[in-house]
Amino acid sequence: MLDALARFGRHGMAALERFGRAHLLFLQIVAGITSLLPRPGLLVTQTYSVGVRTLVIVTVSGLFVGMVLALQGYYVLSQFAAEDSLGVMVAASLVRELGPVVTALLFAGRAGSALTAEIGLMKATEQLSGLEMMAVDPVRRILTPRFFAGLISMPVLAALFSAIGALGGYFVGVGLLGVDDGAFWSQMQAKIDWNEDVINGVIKSLVFGLVCTWIALFQGYDSVPTSEGVSRATTRTVVHSALAVLVLDFVLTAMMFGE
Amino acid sequence: MMKIRQVEIAVGAFMAAGLIALFFLAMQVSNLSAFTTGEGYKVSARFDNIGGLKVRSPVAMAGVRLGRVVEIRYDQSSYEALVTMRIESQYDQIPDDTFAKIYTSGLLGEQYIGLDPGGSEEMLADGGEITMTQSALVLEEIVGQFLFSKAEEKGLE
Repeated sequence: MLDALARFGRHGMAALERFGRAHLLFLQIVAGITSLLPRPGLLVTQTYSVGVRTLVIVTVSGLFVGMVLALQGYYVLSQFAAEDSLGVMVAASLVRELGPVVTALLFAGRAGSALTAEIGLMKATEQLSGLEMMAVDPVRRILTPRFFAGLISMPVLAALFSAIGALGGYFVGVGLLGVDDGAFWSQMQAKIDWNEDVINGVIKSLVFGLVCTWIALFQGYDSVPTSEGVSRATTRTVVHSALAVLVLDFVLTAMMFGE
Repeated sequence: MMKIRQVEIAVGAFMAAGLIALFFLAMQVSNLSAFTTGEGYKVSARFDNIGGLKVRSPVAMAGVRLGRVVEIRYDQSSYEALVTMRIESQYDQIPDDTFAKIYTSGLLGEQYIGLDPGGSEEMLADGGEITMTQSALVLEEIVGQFLFSKAEEKGLE
């Protein structure tokens, strides 16, 4: 009985300790921006591997999510003879929710897991210790560029997701289902607000980008340096990122849109 | 490993695509192109009942949107709603005896302020007030009046 309680306490303390390490690492990463600014080349290379390589999956998903939204929305809206509002429905759900959230989930799966595996393997093969031997701070040299690359890439990817999703909804709604072309766009423009909807969506995607990249980097940096440890860390990255994104999405939505 | 130049080009294209997407969201999806906030002049009006009018509801004359509601307050001294609206500065020929009514667009649509121009030579300026207003129609009141008049007809027979 007491053993079980002790085990529980040990787990709790270990979790708290990990949490503290994660925050310390975050501060170190952000402080590393001073050594990143003179070398923007590092950021460009990382933005390529984090952002550009995630582009295909994000755009294709965006297109199909927009198309499905139009199909489903049309089914419901046509029961109220309100097909003209299809554009509003598609754009509002994309810009406010699905753009940032689905992009963040894809980002965690595609880019986050790759980051964790990369850094975990660097640790396992003692490349990070090697850097330290050469008096190069691995946090500044390896983690900081990747962190800011993720921070830049997420809003870009989410904006692309929403824009392409809106086009996908347009193709299905106007092209396939026969919603009026003018009503689709004009209703959308009348109801979607730049500050309220679009900017809040961008803020969401920035927060998700920060959290996903942070989790990925920490899990890689903190992983047990064995092949099993790296594989576990990669799994944890995806699971933790997905949970963090969904919980944060609720909190952010309640703060932004709830009154 | 790709050449650094190709990587730079790809990243540049990626960032440009993101900016284009944001531009598309601004111009085509949201209302940024239709109305630039911060410009225009403010006009206020008092209503007994604003119904479902909200901040950002349209202000229209002859069905054309001239501006938006920017603030709704409750005036404790007169028990009225004080509605402030911002009219775009290009529409500066609104007589000061203009009549402001709260309409509903469509059967279940949102409510907006409709302006009926008066005949005055004086034009509304920044900080001006529209004195002649008509409240929103509240469905319960109309139904109540209808039932009341029906009952009255019955009583007369």
